[in-house]
Parts: sequence; C-alpha cells; structure tokens
Amino acid sequence: MDLIADSIIIALVVVGIIFTIITVVGIIRLPDVYMRAHAASKSATLGVMSLLLGVFFHFWWNEGHFSISLVLGIAFLFITSPIGGHLMSRAAYMSGVKPTELTVGDDLKIAIDKQRAELAKNTHEE
Amino acid sequence: MNIFYTVCLVLVILSMLGLLYRVWKGPSVPDRLIALDAIGVMLISAIALLSILFDTPFFIDVILLIAIMSFIGTVSFSKFIERGEIIDRGSDS
Repeated sequence: MDLIADSIIIALVVVGIIFTIITVVGIIRLPDVYMRAHAASKSATLGVMSLLLGVFFHFWWNEGHFSISLVLGIAFLFITSPIGGHLMSRAAYMSGVKPTELTVGDDLKIAIDKQRAELAKNTHEE
Repeated sequence: MNIFYTVCLVLVILSMLGLLYRVWKGPSVPDRLIALDAIGVMLISAIALLSILFDTPFFIDVILLIAIMSFIGTVSFSKFIERGEIIDRGSDS
C-alpha cells in the first residue's frame, strides 16, 4: 500500500518536472512572443498542477494531513493561468509586437480593421 | 526519497535560471512579462517541493498567496502595456 502511494506520488512529481523543463525549452527556443505565451501558459500550468497534486497526495497519504488550501491553490491556478496567458498575448498584440516571418495569416488584424472602420463611419455620420 | 525531491528542486531552480535568460534577453516587454509569469509559477513548484523537504505543511498557504499575487501582477502589467494606465480614471473617454 505504501509502495503504491509512493509510486503515484513519484509519477505525478516526475510529470510535473518534465513539463516544467518543456516550458523552459519552449520559452528559450521558440521564435515569437505568441508561441512563447503558448508554451508558457499551457505546459507550465499542467506541470505545476501535476506537481501540486503529487504534494497534496504526499501530505494526505503519508502525513495524514488533508490540506484544503492546496486543493484551492490547484483550482485557482487552473482558472487563472490561461487567463493570464490570454491577457499577456492580447497586450503583446495591441502594443504592436510583430509575429515572426513564418506567419501566413493574421485574421485578428482584419477583424480589428473592420471594427475600426465601422467605428469611424459611425462617428462621421453623427 | 529525500534525494529524489532534492534533485527535483534543483531542476526547478535551473528552470528558473533558464527563464531569467529570457527576461534578460527578451526583445520586447511582453516577452519579459511572460517569462516573469512563468517564474512565478515555478516558484510555486519550488515552495511545494521545499515543504516536502522540510516535512512541514505550514508552507502550503504561501503557495495560494503566490498564485494570487502573480495573477494580480500579470493582469495589472498587461493592462498597463495595453492601455498605458492601470486604474481608469473617470467614466468618460
């Protein structure tokens, strides 16, 4: 029983460490702000959630301490980390950071230009 | 077991150093913001591993605190980059 518990904890912690290292490699090597935000928000979230789940099981099974604030921390990270990634990418786009040359399409620019044109037309009519 | 958790902690700290390279080199401000947000997330992992190594559950509250602080910092910095101010003043404009 103890062996099974330790195996599950070690597996969760190892998955968390692997996704942490994947985050670092992605942030250093990818060529673009948006790709870096993609790497950072997804794999860092999954890595830290898996590692915190391992720590939660460690304190629950080995120490007999059911820590409810750790569950709250996991849920909070799962909610807020993609929101943070979305806000950072939108701030990067709105402040005019160019994507890399490998990009083939920019649909957001078309949508924003259309919105700006409609706004200008409405203010002109008034 | 302690050696395993120590190795994991060393790996997390090396990852934070790798992200510091992006903070130092990053060509634009949102690059540095993304790297600092990821450093905050990895600080959470480092503190979770430290609480196993020190064998105490009293560090767990720090994890929740760092998560909340990191989210508030990310939101305020990205709002500052996008609009030039953090708290809007007045209802017109």
